[in-house]
Amino acid sequence: MSTTTPAAVKSRRSGAGRILIAVYLVLALASSGRSFYQLVAKFDQAPVAYTLSAVAAVVYILATIALIAPGPAWYRVARITIWFELIGVLTVGTLSLIVPSMFAHPSVWSFFGAGYLLIPLALPIWGLAWLRRHPESSGA
Amino acid sequence: MIDWFTALQIGVAVTGGILAIVLGALGRRPSDLTMAFAGVVALLLIVQLAVTIAGPLTGNTPTGSLFEFYIYLISAIFLPIGAGFWALIDRSRWSTVILGVAQLAVAIMLYRMGQIWFIQVA
Repeated sequence: MSTTTPAAVKSRRSGAGRILIAVYLVLALASSGRSFYQLVAKFDQAPVAYTLSAVAAVVYILATIALIAPGPAWYRVARITIWFELIGVLTVGTLSLIVPSMFAHPSVWSFFGAGYLLIPLALPIWGLAWLRRHPESSGA
Repeated sequence: MIDWFTALQIGVAVTGGILAIVLGALGRRPSDLTMAFAGVVALLLIVQLAVTIAGPLTGNTPTGSLFEFYIYLISAIFLPIGAGFWALIDRSRWSTVILGVAQLAVAIMLYRMGQIWFIQVA
């Protein structure tokens, strides 16, 4: 993160990639905090939605680590988790409109992340575009 | 929670957040000014923690879940402090933007905390 070697300049951790990582950190913190509360305090009200909420929190944590950690293996983990995140937000977002009784509970992905200023919808698109332009082979 | 104090906190966090994002977009490195705003936001959150501990003892109780409120508050305290350390280690323009992102996230969380304390019925 703090290195300024030529190899690091091209890596996914350089430049605007740091903002991507910072936003992922914030979402990981926000979604895991909220999910923790939902699991502890009111899991029985909507087990499906709150389980998905916990899955989302784990995905954000994994994606954040994978974006920070060096190496091609973590690069693949980042791609897989962010793809999963995109599919998750699209699926849960759609289901929250079609089957509101099951999914219209506040979670990071319901209504395409409208409660989080739609950032959960925009973030995986930005993340995948960023990873595509910063392949691991040209970095560290 | 005290309504005017919450409004003050959100005001400072939004001002500092937008300022840092604009200055970061202009290519400025983290400065005393942008760092100070994040520092004040962190300080106000710690005062909020004291207010939250004292409130229920003096009859100022939340309408919603105090437990949920604390999760938001403790997460929020980490944000400006974390962004501040990030800015000390990484002296690039991107750290200025991150200071701004953290403060705007705190503003949103304070808004949610206000809903839990004043509006939400658990």
